[in-house]
Amino acid sequence: MAIAQKKQELTEARLAVAKIPESGGWLKQAREKAVERVRAMGLPERRDEYWKYTRPDTLVRPSTPSAKTFEAKDEEPMFHAVDRLKIVFVDGVFDADASDDLTLEGVQIERLNTASGMDIHWAKDLYGVLEAAGQDPVERPLAALNTALATDGVLIRVSGQASKPINLIYHHNSETSDATLHHVIKLDKGADLTVLENGPAAARFNKVMEVDVADNAAFHHVRTMGRDHERRAATHIFGRLGTESTFKSFTLTANGVLTRNECVLELTGDDAVAHVAGACVGDGDFHHDDTVFITHDAVNCESRQVFKKVLRNGATGVFQGKILVKPDAQKTDGYQISQSLLLDEDSQFLAKPELEIYADDVACSHGSTSGAIDEEGLFYLRARGVPKDIATDLMTLAFLAEAVEEIEDDILREEIVSRLEAWLERRRG
Amino acid sequence: MLEIKGLKVDLEEEEKTILKGVDLTVEAGKVHAIMGPNGSGKSTLSYVLSGRDGYEVTGGTAELEGQDILEMEPEERAAAGLFLAFQYPVEIPGVGNMTFMRTALNAQRKARGEEEMSAKDFLALVREKAKTLKIDADMLKRPVNVGFSGGEKKRNEILQMAMLEPKMCILDETDSGLDVDAMKLVSEGVNALRDAGRGFLVITHYQRLLDHIKPDVVHIMSDGRIVKTGGPELALEVEQNGYADILSEVA
Repeated sequence: MAIAQKKQELTEARLAVAKIPESGGWLKQAREKAVERVRAMGLPERRDEYWKYTRPDTLVRPSTPSAKTFEAKDEEPMFHAVDRLKIVFVDGVFDADASDDLTLEGVQIERLNTASGMDIHWAKDLYGVLEAAGQDPVERPLAALNTALATDGVLIRVSGQASKPINLIYHHNSETSDATLHHVIKLDKGADLTVLENGPAAARFNKVMEVDVADNAAFHHVRTMGRDHERRAATHIFGRLGTESTFKSFTLTANGVLTRNECVLELTGDDAVAHVAGACVGDGDFHHDDTVFITHDAVNCESRQVFKKVLRNGATGVFQGKILVKPDAQKTDGYQISQSLLLDEDSQFLAKPELEIYADDVACSHGSTSGAIDEEGLFYLRARGVPKDIATDLMTLAFLAEAVEEIEDDILREEIVSRLEAWLERRRG
Repeated sequence: MLEIKGLKVDLEEEEKTILKGVDLTVEAGKVHAIMGPNGSGKSTLSYVLSGRDGYEVTGGTAELEGQDILEMEPEERAAAGLFLAFQYPVEIPGVGNMTFMRTALNAQRKARGEEEMSAKDFLALVREKAKTLKIDADMLKRPVNVGFSGGEKKRNEILQMAMLEPKMCILDETDSGLDVDAMKLVSEGVNALRDAGRGFLVITHYQRLLDHIKPDVVHIMSDGRIVKTGGPELALEVEQNGYADILSEVA
């Protein structure tokens, strides 16, 4: 089906300023195919159903809206207490000096740019492939655009238990940077890896992460998106899960004028487990969109979506979450909850929870709520001597707890909790 | 300790007067009981004293050790030494019971200009107090009152009272929802806190709680006023004859 003329113009305008990076055989092909996908779909517009609650124009337009940088001097760098392998990008450009040596036992780490020179590479079967598969039944043109234009990224292949987490760090130093990164992560059978991500990355950031989790492998992911107020980001995670594999992802978002995080997972092997969670805290000019699509295509799999948003001073939260259970995915256990805590009447939460079930022996539940702080609880705390602002923060953290508790690792979870506490404390008074 | 004079209170939401001039003085070291039929204003009195929203004081005063408490925020009243054991303790999912008590204790200490209690000292203290109230480690770890039985919730209230060591304790229908054994346990907890420097105001429908927590003074409340005051024998009279006789007598 041909796309409307306006959409076509918009898409061509974006592609006209785009520079498709020079690359070798396999990557060149993948990029060319992605450009075709972008042209066939067209880039998102406001009237597209999937973008009903989030305006895509600033993410799509040729020029980058500028964004002031922000340096957090009052906190330690994120994940500083964790023994990790650091890979640093500044405005989307790999920084070798700031990064650790890319060697880790049981793990093969390469930069996309280096690997693209080879004739044959394992990433050929994944780069843009999971993204392309994730375009059906709902189109995600910004992800295809990323596959076409990504200037860098890492290719990570894990054959065993990674001895420490890999931390992708994204600094934002230029007010007009427009960064496009694409990572591919492949966990072989029984492999185990934790990926940490932090930082705002750029004035405008487009990131895709494709994750292939083979049978019995486990992938853990904890991400924080920085405290910059004016940054914009559109990110996609595409995951494919094998038999008895685990995929667990948590995202903390504080601040940011516009964030759209999509997560598209397909459970293709029996007994796989996928948990996607997010906590976001927004104050003022803040728009945060979690769009999740989980497809159950195997027997006895479990999926959880837990998203909590604290919104104040006119902040907006969006949740679009779907569980699709295919006809043969019997014994599916699906859970989805999205909730917002609105700290004033100017803030809003827009939610579209969806279940689409074709199997007859499944247990799926979903819920979405929006509300103010519980006055009874607040009074109880105050009656015991807890000042109102501290009591409000305690109640707020309690509200976020279900999402934060999805982080299995104690140190990582405590780090996230302490960042949330600090965020709330800075806004007291 | 607590001195209430001519206290008049309306509901904020509707034009309805609940308290029509309450006079009551609770001395340090004494236990006062307030009895009365449903709707007489007993619970309203406890809420107004603790600073809950939804009430408008239209007249009178309430002082704790000479300090006007009606102008204070709820947390200031708590720090000044007032404690309300809730009739319906509130469940707070996501806030651990221990975190809650430690935050409260240290917030009160801070407000009074005292040093905060260390985590270690706090833990030792809470374990000791919990033991006498038969509160196990699991109840301390769980979120505040979540999944607690009626008896567990009331024991948790008394534990908080024991930890915070208030000067003036108001117990709002602490006996409601308690079986005989739980009532005994809760009463023992309260009696252990009886002290020359501490006042108690025990609000109850029934005499049975007063078998365990023996009052010095008993007040009968009706239609927003204290209508009769006497010794412990007054509670027995209610038990035997109900409120009707007393109320007709004072009418």
